[in-house]
Amino acid sequence: MIPLLAQIFAQAATEVGTQAGELVDGLSAIGAGIGYGAAAIGPGIGIGLVVGNAITAMARQPEAAGMVRTTMFLGIAFTEALALIGFVVFILINFA
Amino acid sequence: MNALLALEFPPVSHLLEWPDFALKGNEYFAFNKIALLSVLAAVFSIAVIWFGARKAQLVPTRGQTLAESVVEFVRENVVMQTMGAAGLGWMPFLTSVFLFIFFCNIFEIIPGIQMPVTARMAIPAALALLVWVLYNAVGIKKQGFFGYLKSSLLPPGVPKALLPLVMLIEFVSTFLIRPFSLAVRLFANMLAGHLLLVTFAVLTAAVWSATPLALIVPVTFATLVALTMFEVLVAVLQAFIFTILTAVYINLASHADH
Repeated sequence: MIPLLAQIFAQAATEVGTQAGELVDGLSAIGAGIGYGAAAIGPGIGIGLVVGNAITAMARQPEAAGMVRTTMFLGIAFTEALALIGFVVFILINFA
Repeated sequence: MNALLALEFPPVSHLLEWPDFALKGNEYFAFNKIALLSVLAAVFSIAVIWFGARKAQLVPTRGQTLAESVVEFVRENVVMQTMGAAGLGWMPFLTSVFLFIFFCNIFEIIPGIQMPVTARMAIPAALALLVWVLYNAVGIKKQGFFGYLKSSLLPPGVPKALLPLVMLIEFVSTFLIRPFSLAVRLFANMLAGHLLLVTFAVLTAAVWSATPLALIVPVTFATLVALTMFEVLVAVLQAFIFTILTAVYINLASHADH
């Protein structure tokens, strides 16, 4: 599937007269975009769960709000790391 | 010079390498804006504590109140929440880390500077390496080399058959992923925020013209202002998260049972 697509793109590229390097640049930009989008799905759901449950906990026990908030930030930090790695990969593919 | 004062938009290649302005071409001591700002951040962190604590009085002056509120924030929200009273000896280190990262981050929104130092991998990586060395050293000192390895690689209550797999996973997550994610979290958050501000600043400048496009200038500019305020929050939050994770890692390494 993918080699076939690449072949079609390459043929199209030669027909309109672009260089092979430009094709690779374009495809890697597409890949970076899709990659970042995919990397953001899981952490998005995860952070939603973490914060939602933290709010439930705070509403049930307002006196424990301080402790819950600290733990919530910890949970967010761990969850968010994956999305941020996706962002770094995006930057690396596009600019490095 | 204009790029140094954030008066013009630098080319996107500067994202990874900023040009030097002193000792150009010197492999080890070349000096650029990022290095200057990181030195400034260290000086500011020292200054806050130095001028706050120099003549400590019962009725605090303004500088002393500022320094005391920072110290109290770290004590109440970082140390007491994660390590308890036994961890109060780590206060000086954690406060320094918090202040340094905060000043590195807050340069992001200071007009005329607008470059978070932590948006370069060098500073977060160096800090994460420091934390990695520190928590491993604490673990080895408190539990002995093999005791530390045992407590960090062998979670209690794992079936015998799964042990090799669990040990491998625990090794990778404790000794490799932890410092990596600590550095990348700070770096990527600040870089993403910086790019967000740049995007809206450039967009506002681009639609500022005599065409009908000028109608959306208020929208983009308001977004820019709102994002700037959001980045203040992110700067404090990332410094806080780095500090609290440092405290958690040191605490995990110093106790056998977890």
